[in-house]
Amino acid sequence: MPATPMSKAEREQGDARVFDLSLHSLRELNQALHKLTPGSNETAWEVLNPKGSHSVAVGVDQPVSIDVRGSVGYYCAGMNDGAAITVHGSAGPGVGENMMSGSIVIKGDASQYAGATGRGGLLVIEGNASSRCGISMKGIDIVVHGNIGHMSAFMAQSGNLVVLGDAGDALGDSIYEARLFVRGKVESLGADCIAKEMRPEHIELLQGLLDKAGVTGVKASEFKRYGSARKLYNFNIDNADAY
Amino acid sequence: MCGIVGLFLKDKALEPKLGAMLSEMLVSLSDRGPDSAGIAIYGAATGNEAKITVQSPKADRDFRGLDAELAKAIGAPVSVAVNSTHAVIRTTPDKVDAAREALQTLRPDIRIMGAGEAVEIYKEVGLPETVVDRFHVRSMTGTHGIGHTRMATESAVTTMGAHPFSTGADQCLVHNGSLSNHNNVRRELIRDGMKFETENDTEVAAAYLSNRMAHGKNLGEALEGTLSDLDGFFTFVVGTKNGFGVVRDPIACKPAVMAETDQYVAFGSEYRALTKLPGIDNARVWEPEPATVYFWEH
Repeated sequence: MPATPMSKAEREQGDARVFDLSLHSLRELNQALHKLTPGSNETAWEVLNPKGSHSVAVGVDQPVSIDVRGSVGYYCAGMNDGAAITVHGSAGPGVGENMMSGSIVIKGDASQYAGATGRGGLLVIEGNASSRCGISMKGIDIVVHGNIGHMSAFMAQSGNLVVLGDAGDALGDSIYEARLFVRGKVESLGADCIAKEMRPEHIELLQGLLDKAGVTGVKASEFKRYGSARKLYNFNIDNADAY
Repeated sequence: MCGIVGLFLKDKALEPKLGAMLSEMLVSLSDRGPDSAGIAIYGAATGNEAKITVQSPKADRDFRGLDAELAKAIGAPVSVAVNSTHAVIRTTPDKVDAAREALQTLRPDIRIMGAGEAVEIYKEVGLPETVVDRFHVRSMTGTHGIGHTRMATESAVTTMGAHPFSTGADQCLVHNGSLSNHNNVRRELIRDGMKFETENDTEVAAAYLSNRMAHGKNLGEALEGTLSDLDGFFTFVVGTKNGFGVVRDPIACKPAVMAETDQYVAFGSEYRALTKLPGIDNARVWEPEPATVYFWEH
């Protein structure tokens, strides 16, 4: 990509590569991030003026840190594989969709289907997440400081969803083996999702996740655990008449 | 997909800028729907004047001499302000129905976009930028307004298929989504005396609200009714003479963001639409809850 003249903000940032989306296109930003190779010296990035742009920092596959100053639109940090991405604002639908590894921190709220289909890494939402948070999650860890909306963890396969606030309707509908930890109230549980006993290994796992997400002043023992009743795993012959 | 916006001003000082702010919001969502765009803008109602916004595919021919002919037909003073393919007809409030009827014979090609004491509605096929330029929306003033940019799914890309839809005095609606029981609801509403101009699903939603309000419900109650009586995907933004309301279906997969400051309440399909509003960085920004009615009135 063409050399970017150093801005005042960039000089003040020291080594961080500053990318101002009011001056450069989103495609230039994402191409520059995709061109990073292992061992690159450009390990710190700062993105200015996102103003609700879609697809900011998608598909990053190097362990760099990216600070986005402001709110983003759809699909921010999707498919992240190893980067540490922080959004200093709120995120639109589909943040961190299909994350493989690394971390994403949203300082504000996240819209629907945050962390959908995520396979690994840690997604932290410091505000609230809306509907379908962690839908079809497959190994990602999601920690939400606030509340989550309806149909969260729908068909969640593996990984952990931790909610410090409340959960909306139909939590964990048709869930497989993901673990759900909710500190507040759950509006309703979805099909085949049940409350489960918090055993010492769950307390330990949850404490580890809270620590990793930088949550303080909250004890793992304050949470309830929810997971699959495993009643939908096999066809129940008594239901044959329904088909 | 579609993009929708709404802006309700609390601060009178912003009223001269309503058209410019709403245009900016709508244009920023152009890539959510390039088929057609429309805007409804509400000015202060004076109580002694009614406005009928009309459209004609042959504006030059249809609007020429219309003021005198219509005045003669209804026996009341009439003024006609032409704005591109649209015109705003002003007359006394008691003559609106007579004027609608007279227009059918005087100018059979004219379509009525909406009528009321406060509302003016402008919509055409084309990008939001083209549509707001064509009607000089940026220079319009008012108290509140709503806008829509369309990606058509349920009916043809025509002027009449564009949003906002108005089916009652000073009432209009924009919609992101698609309704699946609109044919049934349309039949029921026709039986109750409602009239329809198109095969469009959104017109049914607008007529449903007008019908409920004609049966004595307020805007909030009418919006509440959509949750049980309309099936499908929807985020609706609705305008009335002095207010503005929002409701999302219980599944709420059609996006919505709201912002409120001391100066305004704003709605956008996405946060992008709100980024140029004054004081947005310190506004309360939130996502409206599913199956929850929000409305503000002056």
